Amino acid sequence: MRKSAMLAVVGAGLLLGACSIQPWVKPYERDRLADPIMAWDRDAISAGYLDHIYESREGSRGATGTAGGGCGCN
Amino acid sequence: MMCVAGAAVLPDDRADLFWSSYKGGGMDITGESVLVRKKFSENFALEANYFIDKVSGASIDVLSQASVIKDERKQKTLSLDYIHDKTQYNLSYTNSTERDYISNTTHFSLSQDMFGDLTTVTLGFTDSRNKVGENNGGTNTPKIEWLGHATSRSYEGGLSQILTKNLIAGATVEIITDQGLLSNPYRSIRYLVDPSINPLGYALGSQVYPNTHTSTAAEVRAKYYLPYRAAASVSYRYFSDTWGIRANTIELGYTQPVSNKWIFEGRLRHYSQNSATFYSDLFPFANSQNFEARDQNLAALTNNTIDGKVTWAFAPSGFLIFKRATASFDVTRIQFKYGDFRNIKDFNVTPAGGGYQPGTEPLYGFDAMVYQVYISMFF
Repeated sequence: MRKSAMLAVVGAGLLLGACSIQPWVKPYERDRLADPIMAWDRDAISAGYLDHIYESREGSRGATGTAGGGCGCN
Repeated sequence: MMCVAGAAVLPDDRADLFWSSYKGGGMDITGESVLVRKKFSENFALEANYFIDKVSGASIDVLSQASVIKDERKQKTLSLDYIHDKTQYNLSYTNSTERDYISNTTHFSLSQDMFGDLTTVTLGFTDSRNKVGENNGGTNTPKIEWLGHATSRSYEGGLSQILTKNLIAGATVEIITDQGLLSNPYRSIRYLVDPSINPLGYALGSQVYPNTHTSTAAEVRAKYYLPYRAAASVSYRYFSDTWGIRANTIELGYTQPVSNKWIFEGRLRHYSQNSATFYSDLFPFANSQNFEARDQNLAALTNNTIDGKVTWAFAPSGFLIFKRATASFDVTRIQFKYGDFRNIKDFNVTPAGGGYQPGTEPLYGFDAMVYQVYISMFF
């Protein structure tokens, strides 16, 4: 009960905070961030393909932002 | 969210044609793919992707059982994006089919822009159902025995944050749980036997895996816009699972455009992991533990990647219905080195095999070369 009350307070704080926080990087100052060279992955097929190569040969997986399928068993 | 407007927008329509080649560790894989992405309004976009992998050869732990493999993997994905104000929803379905493995994956995610669009929070869920089989026939006369099923569920949370005019950072956590038949049927354990049973001094047997597996991966990354129009990026990922594997991945990237026609990119990646608790290169005898694995993916390993890519805008001002078009060429070299996985294909106790007693063979390692060529047209 105490936990859920705390979560509600934190949640409400975040929602209200969203309105009071002024963006410190204004929309007109984001031209550099909007440059295609700043995209995390410009090409989805290539990023997914390389992730499949690594996932098929390593013990780890996840948190790379791409989804795929198959086993790469052979 | 009731604050300032400035809704999220869907990316440009595009069509891609993709070709790839992977050679290394006894495997030769070529891939071909086509992707089309189209907006149907300011709010809806549909993406379709078809990928086909053609595999010949087999990795060393399969080769050590003297089977040669030819297979195809066909992957089809349909993905729908919907944007409403500052929220983007994505629903996708992927079917991946090999002769001996069928996988159906459903993914849902939502992203929310907040705090004056400086922050984007993403939550995702993926459900994957897989049918696992084994080809006991020949290359041209496959005889598939279906062995069982495996299911996988993934829960993902991500945060992307604009920090300054030149710097963006992100963090992602993904928890994946699996259940069912999780071992690779083509890979075997080996255990010591008396040379009177097998002159090599070891025998091969079936792997036994736990039926459950849960992993957690967390990645942080940042990208910085350099003063002369170039970008530098860094990322780090930590991975741990219930099979005892801990892994670290670090990646550095650099992007350098030249005029409005060329983009040159370089990437370095270092990966290391320790072995799973039930992994051994050589067990002392058959059934010496409840769970036994000798899958090279579960061995202690490091790999290093060096990647170079060039993108050429051959139609920067567009043609026909296309706004612009680019051609990309990517070369990647990955060096794999294993810490406790030995090369029993080339070395053994016989004079021809170098006279190595079981468990003293040289450690395995290989280099892989990956080539990718693709054309992207934006419309």
